[in-house]
Amino acid sequence: MSSPVLEVRALKKHFPVRRRLLGGPATWVKAVDGVDLAIGAGETLGLIGESGCGKTTTSKLILRQETPTSGTISFGSRDIASLEGRDLMAYRRAVQVVFQDPFSSLSPRMRVRDIVAEPLEIHTDLSPAAIDERVGHVLELVGLAPDVAPLFPHEFSGGQRQRIAIARALATDTRLIVLDEPVSALDVSVRAQIINQLEELQKKLGVSYLFIGHDLATVAHISHRIAVMYLGKIVESAASETLCTRPMHPYTQALFAAALPSHPDDRGQTTPITGEIPSALSLPSGCRFHPRCPSAMPVCSQVEPTLRRRDGGGEVACHLYE
Amino acid sequence: MARDAVLQVAGLQTHFFTFGGTRVVRAVDGIDFTLRAGETLGLVGESGSGKTTTCLSIVGLLPRAARIVGGRVVFEGEDLTRKSQRELRRIRGRRIAVILQDPMASLNPLFTIYRQVAEPAFFHQHLRGRPLRERVQGLLRAVRIPSPEWRMREYPHQMSGGMRQRIVGAIALSGGPRLVIADEPTTNLDVTIQAQYLDLLKDIQRETGVALIFVTHNLGIVAKMCDRVAVMYAGKIVEQAPVRELFDSPKHPYTRALLGSMPRLGSKEPLYSIRGQPPNLANLPAGCAFHPRCPDVMPRCMTEEPRDVRPGDGSVARCWLLDDVLTRS
Amino acid sequence: MATIPADSRFPSRRATSGALRAIVKLTREAPLAPVAILGGLILVALLADLLAPYDPTLPVKDAPIFSPPFWMDGGSLGTPLGTDFQGRDILSRLIYGARVSLIVGLMGTLVAGGIGTALGILSGYVGGWVDQIIMRVTDAWLALPAIVFAIFLAAMVGPSMWNIIVILGLVYWTRYARVIRGEVLSLRERDFVKLAEIAGASKLRVIRKHILPNVLNTATVLASLTVGVVIIAEASLSFLGVGVPPPQPAWGLMLSEARPTLMAGQWWLTVFPGVCILLIVLATQLFGDWLRVRLDPQTRNL
Repeated sequence: MSSPVLEVRALKKHFPVRRRLLGGPATWVKAVDGVDLAIGAGETLGLIGESGCGKTTTSKLILRQETPTSGTISFGSRDIASLEGRDLMAYRRAVQVVFQDPFSSLSPRMRVRDIVAEPLEIHTDLSPAAIDERVGHVLELVGLAPDVAPLFPHEFSGGQRQRIAIARALATDTRLIVLDEPVSALDVSVRAQIINQLEELQKKLGVSYLFIGHDLATVAHISHRIAVMYLGKIVESAASETLCTRPMHPYTQALFAAALPSHPDDRGQTTPITGEIPSALSLPSGCRFHPRCPSAMPVCSQVEPTLRRRDGGGEVACHLYE
Repeated sequence: MARDAVLQVAGLQTHFFTFGGTRVVRAVDGIDFTLRAGETLGLVGESGSGKTTTCLSIVGLLPRAARIVGGRVVFEGEDLTRKSQRELRRIRGRRIAVILQDPMASLNPLFTIYRQVAEPAFFHQHLRGRPLRERVQGLLRAVRIPSPEWRMREYPHQMSGGMRQRIVGAIALSGGPRLVIADEPTTNLDVTIQAQYLDLLKDIQRETGVALIFVTHNLGIVAKMCDRVAVMYAGKIVEQAPVRELFDSPKHPYTRALLGSMPRLGSKEPLYSIRGQPPNLANLPAGCAFHPRCPDVMPRCMTEEPRDVRPGDGSVARCWLLDDVLTRS
Repeated sequence: MATIPADSRFPSRRATSGALRAIVKLTREAPLAPVAILGGLILVALLADLLAPYDPTLPVKDAPIFSPPFWMDGGSLGTPLGTDFQGRDILSRLIYGARVSLIVGLMGTLVAGGIGTALGILSGYVGGWVDQIIMRVTDAWLALPAIVFAIFLAAMVGPSMWNIIVILGLVYWTRYARVIRGEVLSLRERDFVKLAEIAGASKLRVIRKHILPNVLNTATVLASLTVGVVIIAEASLSFLGVGVPPPQPAWGLMLSEARPTLMAGQWWLTVFPGVCILLIVLATQLFGDWLRVRLDPQTRNL
């Protein structure tokens, strides 16, 4: 891609657990352990993985809710960890988030107008009238009538609240929205509305998305490229269609096999994966996936594979392909 | 009662009485379905469809404000709606088991796994001592918990979400039920864990011949698990069909919309989205409850409630459009 | 197939103030007895000058001292509830006393609430050593026996209505601080607060727009429950002679002055002020209880 909006290199975040009386902590939870990502303008990067894979921590790092243990996150070629004052505000203005739970994302005692206007009030000097206009404009963009502005959140359904949350995320000239499972808590019939809305907004405004989800089909639909995470590392990443037609990493393949069928005739095989997801406290040696991998080889328990180019574009970290 | 039907629900109506009886919400408004041994029925619907209330009505666990006001629930020949709470307690856990969405809500954090899995067998089958221990281990093995002899001495908080849900399954099976009602049991589970769990349920069903009602809003689960499907909307079953017929030729616009709104792996086609929101049961529209959101709405739909129509391939649906097509032909 | 339906089936709403509507709704559903008592007392306090037949600090002309209530022998309708040891009309003193109790009760609660809420928010939201310090101070403060501490302060700065108000505020802020801090701790983790922080809102802004409005419910309930406590505290201080100074009438003071006469049989000097204190505290407690039940489930729904 030409010049990515956001670029992440060798990102690590280790949380200390159980400090010893003297000296450093005894164990670390390596929530994120060497992640590289890049999101281009107007594109959606999907991040998929199960519990403990590190996708939530990655999003927190990108939103500067946590600071990295090492590695860099660059926005417009500047490391965000070094941003302060006006530059930090400029970053916050350009990068917003939409969370999963529509019922706690909106301040219950604020009117919709004030909720959506907040980023504008924080970052701009616009007059109240100008803000009102912008709020109306953004509400329309997300498919709500501007005259809902004086209402309170509890008068809206889950799907509508998510629209309000998206409107707030777009209020300023946002360049990247982190969407953390934005439709998982919504009724099925409403999910498609929101996904469609998001896709349309992207086409219209050229905003980029980091879409974090666990439902493969939804993530594949909205994303241009997908990165699969397992226990703090990216095991495979590729363009959405490529990944769906030819998943290469055994974990990716397992995710696809475990995905629910879209027709009773596709029920077929039992899942080729066994065991529980291990805790990030006791990482397996070598390739982190080897204890559950149906194609594990002796080398897998000794040496950790690195990401290499895969057929059809993208990367995969697996000894099977070296 | 149909031959070897485990459960037959006829005209069930459950209403909620709130605000001192001034407001009546018709959570379940006249539903019929039958379930045979070894069969899995998918009860599909979104929030406010009445699917959970249906399940609670069957086992008699309705909240204070709700009452069954009509219909029958015939389980193995007996009408459960006519039974006292005491009689229902004997049936619950032994002949009908319920699995809920949140395993931590079903498990008592203060008791060991052993105690919780043993409880139904202890009370209903009066097992004690060694036979009881062996039964518990057998159940834990059946739900594929590794090393059951130790695991049973542990507590729920020491297990992962997937294991807890399996233990809830073991508890459910402990009394030897003929019917298991599972209400969205995999919503909080990771994808691969969910897949393992569903495979497990299918295997258990094959081995024990238990009848299963699977409540979900996810048509993918229906595709994987169910033999027959009943789609609920605003307290009524709007379509009921064998699973293949439902997916291949959905009769009701709501079913079609649900199917169309599912993203398919590998396809980037725009999703079909249903306009509007799920209905407010306290304030239902006149006529067909789905009409405000229906792409094929006709004037008749706004005033008259449609009746059941049987197109002949084993499905039943309530839709004026379908009705017209069939009466014409 | 339709793709992106707009989602606007809302009727246009008048932009009525949400708070106003809530208050109106609340009043319609309020419990009758406490509101009537409180409302009555507030009216009495406001219109004291019009309602009281005599000046409460001066003896009634031509009235005997220790005159009993009008339905007893020796009583007269002119002084319907009797007179005290100086011949002052009890009814008038009760009416003016309502003022004192209400003013001190409400203002004292406001001061306590103000200090306590501010510290609670600071402690809960800013956290870290600020939290530690404030909490330790709260603990220490709580260890002091309230009334004794109030007496001590009153003795130091001398009695006057405003001094008493501030003193009571200083004594009773701790219960607010604790509870509000708890609320703030849980609010802090809610998504909408995190969203404001991610959007770049300053701490002050978050407190002003997100934290404060959401703790007001709890603060209000606490306030209504504290008013009764403060009123009793004021009465106790007056009883002990370090409250609102005479000759201004205060119910506690009336009780104190009447102590010597309890055995002598002039029961009206103690019973009437006592009943008044009872009524006002009961009314505020009942109202506060109702408010708590009424507001809490609602906030959970929001």
